[in-house]
Amino acid sequence: MPHLFALNDDHRAITDMAQTFAREKIAPHALDWDERKHFPVDVLREAAALGMGGIYTREDIGGSGLSRLDATLIFEALARGCPTVAAYLSIHNMCAWMIDRFGDAAQREKWGPALCSMDRLASYCLTEPAAGSDAAAIKMKARRDGDFYVLDGVKQFISGAGVSDLYVIMARTSDEGARGLTAFVVEKDRLSFGANEKKMGWNAQPTRQVICEDCRIPVANRLGEEGQGFRIAMAGLDGGRLNIAACSLGGAAAALDKAVAYMGERQAFGKKLDTFQALQFRLADMAIDLEASRTFLWRAASALDAKTPDATALCAMAKKFVTDACFSVANDALQLHGGYGYLADYGIEKIVRDLRVHQILEGSNEIMRLIVARHLIESRS
Amino acid sequence: MHFVVCIKQVPDSAQIRVHPVTNTIMRQGVPTIINPYDLFSLEEALRWRDKVGGEVTVLTMGPPMAADSLRKALTIGADRAVLLTDRFFAGSDTLATSFALSAALQKISDTFGKIDIVFCGKQTIDGDTAQVGPGIAKRLNLEQITYVSAVNEVNGDNGTVTLERRSEGGVQVLKTNLPAMITMLEGSNTVRRGRIDDALRAARAQIVTWSAKDAGIEDVTKCGLRGSPTVVKKVFAPTPRAEKAALVELGETPRDSAEALIEAIFAKTPKIEDDLVKLASGF
Repeated sequence: MPHLFALNDDHRAITDMAQTFAREKIAPHALDWDERKHFPVDVLREAAALGMGGIYTREDIGGSGLSRLDATLIFEALARGCPTVAAYLSIHNMCAWMIDRFGDAAQREKWGPALCSMDRLASYCLTEPAAGSDAAAIKMKARRDGDFYVLDGVKQFISGAGVSDLYVIMARTSDEGARGLTAFVVEKDRLSFGANEKKMGWNAQPTRQVICEDCRIPVANRLGEEGQGFRIAMAGLDGGRLNIAACSLGGAAAALDKAVAYMGERQAFGKKLDTFQALQFRLADMAIDLEASRTFLWRAASALDAKTPDATALCAMAKKFVTDACFSVANDALQLHGGYGYLADYGIEKIVRDLRVHQILEGSNEIMRLIVARHLIESRS
Repeated sequence: MHFVVCIKQVPDSAQIRVHPVTNTIMRQGVPTIINPYDLFSLEEALRWRDKVGGEVTVLTMGPPMAADSLRKALTIGADRAVLLTDRFFAGSDTLATSFALSAALQKISDTFGKIDIVFCGKQTIDGDTAQVGPGIAKRLNLEQITYVSAVNEVNGDNGTVTLERRSEGGVQVLKTNLPAMITMLEGSNTVRRGRIDDALRAARAQIVTWSAKDAGIEDVTKCGLRGSPTVVKKVFAPTPRAEKAALVELGETPRDSAEALIEAIFAKTPKIEDDLVKLASGF
């Protein structure tokens, strides 16, 4: 009987590749990028050259054709180097997948290869200044004008904005709530951008408003049919949530490693920290939470790969559970470092700052509970 | 063209310790890596395969776990991996190793196609002898070029290779006939990374595994401990210095820093200053 929770040779090979890349190309620079607010596009392109620009995008347009479970392994590995860089890559991958999955042949051919190689970077634009969790309340208008659409409105908190080349934008083509949304792919030169937001974490990627002002785009840039936008947005987010959870997992795993190492060196009251039982218990609790998170995440990813009816609910559960648990693990790791944990040089406070936003974005953890509750109530017999 | 790269799985020396009492190397729990020098040879072989066509075979001799290193080499881009493993090989010195590898290379040549170039690492980080590559060249009668800093041309039509060899006081540009054995210098190229699809191909690849008999070795007394005249008498860690390192403050300019450093050295060991002064006055 196959071992249900064991990774196979393929999984190990992929993980090893991503971990080596993170250790050599990301981790040594993570603190510097955070401090300088540097978006490492060159390193992202190197990751893409290895196949990480279109992880679960199909191979005919340059993707790697891997599963969602594979992707969670890769994002955990990359996030050990830097959760922020891994998270941007997750967003880019989500956009590449949307174009692969919902685009027509011409769109896949036009944008797919450049997205997979990351010659062109992508950003995902759903949230608006007054519509976050309530995505159906989106106001951005898309008015049809012959062979064009004209977009007007503002998108908020857009990762990669101002640098990315392509923007997957959800806009309103009719007033029918969620059913009135349509997805568009818009090129950078049609858009304008707000200032780079000052943030608590996630400093290694820019966050800006994306502004559409009389933004004319050809009908050929519409992704899917009119009115299909909400479905596309939600389909993308199932996988996006797994990826963000995996980014939390990688960050927390790195924080735990740092705490274990530190406690073997630091002495207090004449003994090493790791000889105090109270602190040993704390470490054990962190390891337990981390492993429970990892196991749950793999289960949700497998469900999404198998397209089970409860996949959306499982992805929401896992996103909530993992991002909450991993924030706590990172925060505990900071506590175990004492005053040094609060200093930037130790790299712990950055992880805590980076992971905090994972409880808010890609659907807040409150919305995750809403999805789970709705699923429970709807499946009541 | 057929390029064969001999690699060795070695303990990651950055993480190795010597037992303070027994003076033996503590191998337990130390991760293994491909001997770093071998990677430059692997990269050079891959480059020339990509340029002139052909195949790259990687070969190692070691315990079954050495297959991990072969898979890493496949991930980086090699086409085929051969593991030479047998209890008869245990305890081989460089003489016995070059004997076994030469037999395997002959078998590779007979089985998978005539070998044009054998690449070896300049030396290993655990043995440091730099003898195995030359040993193979001698046994197989290959042209031998060590310490190569650049391969300029591999010409299959006239069966030659042109390359640059670092030597004392300069660089030699050499041309020789194939087949040849080449050892590359570290830093002579940038070793590539494997893509996701390479990692998957490597994970799924069948590693060709040969015993001494499979490799056509009849006389196993030439292998392993029995075939190894070298005896390691003693391994020890140098005693740590009792003296603490001194800190010299950086000056405003590099010159200031250098002067501060020299002052510190002279202050500590006046004899150096005296000797230098004497030397200078002699001119």
